[in-house]
Amino acid sequence: MSEVTVQGGQEVVGVGRIEGPILVVEGAANVRYDEVVEIQDTRGQLRRGRVLEVGEGYAVVQVFAGSTGLSIDGTRVRFLGSTLHIPVAEEMLGRIFDGLGNPIDGGPEPLTDRYADVNGQPINPTARIYPRDYIQTGISTIDGVNTLLRGQKLPLFSGAGLPHDQLAAQIVRQATLGKVAGAPPTEGEEFAIVFAAMGVKNDVADYFRRSFTESGALTRVAMFLNLADDPPVERIVTPRAALTLAEYLAYERDMHVLVVLTDMTNYGEALRQISNVRGEVPSRKGYPGYLYSDLASMYERTGRIRTSKGSITQIPILTMPNDDITHPMPDLTGYITEGQIVLGRELYFAGIYPPVAVLPSLSRLMKDGIGKNRTRDDHPRWGAQLYAAYAKTQDVRALASVIGEEELSDVDQKYLKFGRAFEREFVNQSFTENRTIERTLEIGWKLLSMLPKKELTRVTLDEIAQYYKGDDAAN
Amino acid sequence: MSDQVGTITWISGPVVRARGSRNVGMLELVEVGEDRLVGEVIGLKGDQMTIQVYEETAGMQTGAPIYGTGLPLSVELAPGLIQSIYDGVQRPLPLIEQAMGSFINRGAHFDSISREKKWKFTPKVKAGDEVRGGAILGVAMETDTFEHRVMLNPDDSGTITWVAPAGDYTVIDPIAKLKMGREEKTIAMLQRWPVRRARPFTNRRPANIPLITGQRILDTFFPVAKGGAAGIPGPFGSGKTVTQHSIAKWADAEIIVYIGCGERGNEMTEVLQEFPHLIDPRTGRPLMERTVLIANTSNMPVAAREASIYTGITIAEYYRDMGYHVALMADSTSRWAEALREVSGRLEEMPAEEGYPAYLAGRLAEFYERAGYVDNLNGTQGSVSIVGAVSPPGGDFSEPVTQHTKRFIRCFWALDKSLASARHFPAINWLDSYSEYLEDVGNWWREKTGKDWLAMRNRAMELLSEESRLSQIVKLVGPDALPYAERMVLETTRLIREGLLQQNATEAVDAFSSVEKQIRMLELVLYFHERGMAIVKHGAPIHLIHDLPVVDTIIRAKSAVTNEEMHKFDDIQKQIDQQMGQLDAEYRS
Ligand SMILES: Nc1ncnc2c1ncn2[C@@H]1O[C@H](COP(=O)(O)OP(=O)(O)OP(=O)(O)O)[C@@H](O)[C@H]1O
Ligand SMILES: [Mg+2]
Repeated sequence: MSEVTVQGGQEVVGVGRIEGPILVVEGAANVRYDEVVEIQDTRGQLRRGRVLEVGEGYAVVQVFAGSTGLSIDGTRVRFLGSTLHIPVAEEMLGRIFDGLGNPIDGGPEPLTDRYADVNGQPINPTARIYPRDYIQTGISTIDGVNTLLRGQKLPLFSGAGLPHDQLAAQIVRQATLGKVAGAPPTEGEEFAIVFAAMGVKNDVADYFRRSFTESGALTRVAMFLNLADDPPVERIVTPRAALTLAEYLAYERDMHVLVVLTDMTNYGEALRQISNVRGEVPSRKGYPGYLYSDLASMYERTGRIRTSKGSITQIPILTMPNDDITHPMPDLTGYITEGQIVLGRELYFAGIYPPVAVLPSLSRLMKDGIGKNRTRDDHPRWGAQLYAAYAKTQDVRALASVIGEEELSDVDQKYLKFGRAFEREFVNQSFTENRTIERTLEIGWKLLSMLPKKELTRVTLDEIAQYYKGDDAAN
Repeated sequence: MSDQVGTITWISGPVVRARGSRNVGMLELVEVGEDRLVGEVIGLKGDQMTIQVYEETAGMQTGAPIYGTGLPLSVELAPGLIQSIYDGVQRPLPLIEQAMGSFINRGAHFDSISREKKWKFTPKVKAGDEVRGGAILGVAMETDTFEHRVMLNPDDSGTITWVAPAGDYTVIDPIAKLKMGREEKTIAMLQRWPVRRARPFTNRRPANIPLITGQRILDTFFPVAKGGAAGIPGPFGSGKTVTQHSIAKWADAEIIVYIGCGERGNEMTEVLQEFPHLIDPRTGRPLMERTVLIANTSNMPVAAREASIYTGITIAEYYRDMGYHVALMADSTSRWAEALREVSGRLEEMPAEEGYPAYLAGRLAEFYERAGYVDNLNGTQGSVSIVGAVSPPGGDFSEPVTQHTKRFIRCFWALDKSLASARHFPAINWLDSYSEYLEDVGNWWREKTGKDWLAMRNRAMELLSEESRLSQIVKLVGPDALPYAERMVLETTRLIREGLLQQNATEAVDAFSSVEKQIRMLELVLYFHERGMAIVKHGAPIHLIHDLPVVDTIIRAKSAVTNEEMHKFDDIQKQIDQQMGQLDAEYRS
């Protein structure tokens, strides 16, 4: 256990009630809301918790490690007088911590006197810098049509068994600061990576560790691990601990930080469990009514501020139960984040990697990070055109399934071909392929050139003249 | 300053209970704990009071004091509101940043309006004048072009005994003295108004002037009137915020109040960084000079989110009272409703649908009722129009907030996930949306443009619903099975969808369409349709029309023709005549 800044505090022996991970402690005076407690069982073992509600002479405490083995009489509860803090330091990069921020890699406690509240504080909107610098991930479906910016929160919505871990690892491995198309390659500035695992299996954590090792990034990564067999309640703290370190690195040490949180669905589970034990009025599917605010208190810890050169970019990963995007976890996440990358099972079964379902995916900040002087002038309209054409392909496919491909008009046949090529050549790329923005734009134009010029109403006539490569004689 | 009135006995999130209920009034503003966090009394029972706290309560202790203020939660109203950005309880965010840095800390106490800044005040009354509540006592230039009308508090009336001479004054300097019965009261420009009480007016007027937003699907197809209320529901990522930002930029209102209620920090930053650089086409001044921002983002305290809606609407009413047209955007009312739900849940009130309190509908009604086109107490006319975003869980419009909102608005802009996925923006579904202001604003269009807008608009809607019927058939048997006349409908509706309805908010020319441009485009498309129908009736195959170069020209007109180049539409019409005339002649014989 790491030391907490505030020492001492009152101690109460015996608790009034134990229910799941919740203790009701009686006889404590003037307890602070949200303060940390230290709980000692009859064998002298310590665990930690925090106060969820205080009344006169009682406090409701949530025990991170769960209440197994605690007894009504022998349990001692010490109130530590302050909210949960973790140490933060640059040397935490390269280290591995448990879900509460204690080292589990055999190394020493981080040597620092900086402790920060895991809850953080809201960034004042006037202090923010609006994100504008794009990150080149080398992945066409992101850089081309769902561009990620420094300071953006962009989740991966996935499903059980889909390759979201590979995609996240590829993003982390390839991410560099983007540049204008045609500009000479530069030494990419490196990201610091803060990785938080909530309730995922050990092999997932292992996969990421190996991937960081292979790409030589391990010394730039801090990992906070709450695995599937770790106490679920701890999961409430894990992403917050990770973000607390990220904020320190970004805003006090001027680093560009990529935060990967996986799997937020497990986080939601833990929150729901605690809420149910407490008998709170549920909103949808048993999740508490404050789920939106609770998620926002983490996702909004992304961004850039004027007093620092650093940034926090968040990539939360969520597996959607039953692939249902309207499930409260993806739904409320989508309402908070600045877009989403959605993985689709059909593409996956068709052997396409990464199986990014382009139509439901979106980067809201894209418009501010691309175009003239950022990527290339035609990029926004090129992207809109690809989207529109691919959307049209879906209609044509539906029609073809009814009347048969042969009955389709010439133009519709071209859309079918375009759609197939789009998935195989644009969406599909290998796990190690790192495409430049120029290459991505080029592939896009090559595909658009499969369609008659007349269909391309989203791009300008000048752009058609410059980039269109088709043999369309109609215009 | 204020006395201790109670002692905290219970804390759960933003809700605190305390002993001492007899020392406070319902809805009184109180200060909670040693840090003196701002709170509001929302319940009194036995010796206990329930308080919702507008700041983070972590670290607060039972036994800590409550201080009374004797006042209800109020906003400060005076010159200096414009260009401000406040949190949900009107604390100025720039001052908080100056004092506390980039992160919002607790216990901030700042004046909402500067006490130092001086304004050039010119009196409009003289000693001896009898004045009633709302009377305009004088004016002060709040920006280079905006005249702030300094009004008597609506609750006061009496005889003016003294007026300050024209000159520079702060908002707390005396500018007049008023004799009310035996009392004499000194009046400054600054007044306070309790946010939960609607500011009074004399009379409601019919809302029959459209709020022109420059958005074609809104103005041409589903207009909202000045003083009206519109709801814009949609799943995440469908375009609520972009649409509201567009309205805030281009609507022909004199004042914009924009409430970021439980939404993203970056979106408020975007407004803050963009609006000072955008020029209002009507005044030639930066858009920021007509804008008041309330930002209570999703990670800021939830009780202050509940208050933000009231803070915003009260400021809007204040400018209405001066005789201005005000447009208020609330993004998102669902987050406000969730704040109500969260506080209600902590109070263990009996929940109604989906955990929302039973008074949800009542609160929504009270809010939307504060929209209106009115005769003010001082004889001027003004309006507050409300555009409320709704964020239904899972995009399902049958949920309580969307359903109740529908009862109190007359204009419904239904965003559609599938349109957004196909990047058809604004993703407002033309078949699910409605406006009940159509008939009311018809006259305005006739006077303004000399054209029968409503008939044309209805004709276009007719074609669109025809399209939806036809596309069911196309889905089953393919387009070739349709007769040419019906395929002509599909050609035209493609022009309506891509040329008129789709509008790119990020593209300079397309972002705002003047009324003239809108009606010319509508006219052209319908003209194209009529000529096309005549041609196919003569037996011309549909692909000849589909392949006409003018089709592309019409679709591109929205970004190729600026609002100043109306003559270019004459050229396009000539192209239609030429190209279609040729076909017509060929097949007529
Ligand atoms: N009129 C428009 N022109 C161009 N793009 C648009 C338009 N409307 C919406 N978009 C696109 O859709 C994206 C999502 O829109 P927006 O942020 O307004 O959604 P929202 O409904 O407010 O979502 P949320 O509920 O999550 O806040 C934008 O980032 C933009 O890319
Ligand atoms: Mg929005």
